Amino acid sequence: MIEFKHVKKEFSGKPVLRGMNLHVAKGETISLVGASGAGKSVTLKHMVRLLEATSGEILIDGENILDQQGEDLSRIREKFGYLFQGAALLQWMTVFENVALPLRENTKLPDEEIDRRVAEVLEKVGMSEAAEKLPANISGGMQKRAGLARAVVTEPLILLYDEPTSGLDPVTSRTIDGLIHDLQKDLGVTSVVVTHDMISALTISDRIAMLHQGTVLEVSPPMEFLHSKNEAVRNFLDSQCISSNFFDEFPERKLT
Amino acid sequence: MINQNTYECPECTHLFSRWGHNGLAFCQLVGQAMILNFRALLLCPRMFGKKSRGEVIYQLFFTGIRSLPVISVVALFIGMIFAIQTGIELQRFGQEVQVGGAVAVVMLREMGPFMTGLIIAASVGASIGAQLGTMTVSEEISALQIMSIDPVRFLVMPRLIGLMVMMPLLTLYTNILAVAGGAIIGITQLGVELSAYLENVRLYSENKDLYTGLLKAMVFGYIINMVACHQGLTTTGGAVGVGKATRSTVVISFLVILVTGFILTKVFYG
Repeated sequence: MIEFKHVKKEFSGKPVLRGMNLHVAKGETISLVGASGAGKSVTLKHMVRLLEATSGEILIDGENILDQQGEDLSRIREKFGYLFQGAALLQWMTVFENVALPLRENTKLPDEEIDRRVAEVLEKVGMSEAAEKLPANISGGMQKRAGLARAVVTEPLILLYDEPTSGLDPVTSRTIDGLIHDLQKDLGVTSVVVTHDMISALTISDRIAMLHQGTVLEVSPPMEFLHSKNEAVRNFLDSQCISSNFFDEFPERKLT
Repeated sequence: MINQNTYECPECTHLFSRWGHNGLAFCQLVGQAMILNFRALLLCPRMFGKKSRGEVIYQLFFTGIRSLPVISVVALFIGMIFAIQTGIELQRFGQEVQVGGAVAVVMLREMGPFMTGLIIAASVGASIGAQLGTMTVSEEISALQIMSIDPVRFLVMPRLIGLMVMMPLLTLYTNILAVAGGAIIGITQLGVELSAYLENVRLYSENKDLYTGLLKAMVFGYIINMVACHQGLTTTGGAVGVGKATRSTVVISFLVILVTGFILTKVFYG
């Protein structure tokens, strides 16, 4: 579904991605973890070509997104839903209008059908009550849920999450994890989650990829990841006090 | 939308090399801004479409109606100041009756579009630069791109129409109020009859003055949008970056309006 082939990216001569190779299979949820500056968000932005790779290939369903322009690029981008770190809701529109925006702009659906679909998706993320509020008047957690509603309203094939739980309290973070998991189950989409939050990654992922200095250091299912012998992986897990027996200690965390 | 492969000045110590590299970087910025605004101009026929209509009407309202209070005060007082200054000098030669013509010609040809341009650059231009800058740093522009919504059609085109339509109308309004301000001074301070004042305005004003002034205003509207949208959409660096973009919008717009105003005056009257 998504394949990175030796992708390099430099900012002002400084390498951020150093020949990254990554394969995301259809229908799976993969979390990208790693220290700040490892290239997680940069990787995510390359998938929808918000950033231009210096070299390499990024294949989306077999098509190299780096070769696409205009309508072709839009056609590929329509396969994606993207939850931004700060939700990126348009501030002058209500939550309802924000969620309806991609449908109003890109489809010829009648207004009643758009209203119905938006109401349905807001219900799913528990935001029906706040539908008429402006983004500035709701909390960070609610903004993330509204952003999530906007990302899924077009029924995309691939969902990208940039730090979905950053800046949220632990309770709200787990609510967002539950939502991501439920949406994944309901819609059967392919998901890529960038996160620092190991609990979140272990909870929602089929596989976890550890990024280190612009390359993928290790990719494995959560259980194997917890028992990794790699020193960088171990340090990362230890820094968040995650032991190899995480699922034995907290069996209720196991969503997948 | 805007090419990310910006020209990067290589590190060099030689003064002339640095100037050369900075010159190339400057040329790229100007080119980007011109292409961005030209793309918006090409999209103008879509302003009546269902998707853009609402935003276009809001921008016309925001640029035109919201600017009226400040424009009214400035225009009235510019007319009064100009009438006092010229009136005092004309009085020395017993020609104070000519003050109406002087105010009208100066306002129609130069000061009307120029003052309106400066006010709109400082208010509407700064607002556009700050809004688009904030949207850029908070990833709202990226969100639009991922939703396959063209930010040029969605954001730049409605603002361009707002400025290009409203600038000539606001300039006309500025001219009328300034002439009215001049009349207040002419009648109360210089002892000129209203009918004589208006007769002088009519005598010295030519259609060409009005048309070139309004054309200048439209060009200034195009320039303000070009600078503000480009500065906003290329903002980097969070809140500090938004502040810089807003400041640059006002400063660059002022300078470009000044230079373009001179060139147009030279073309029409030189």
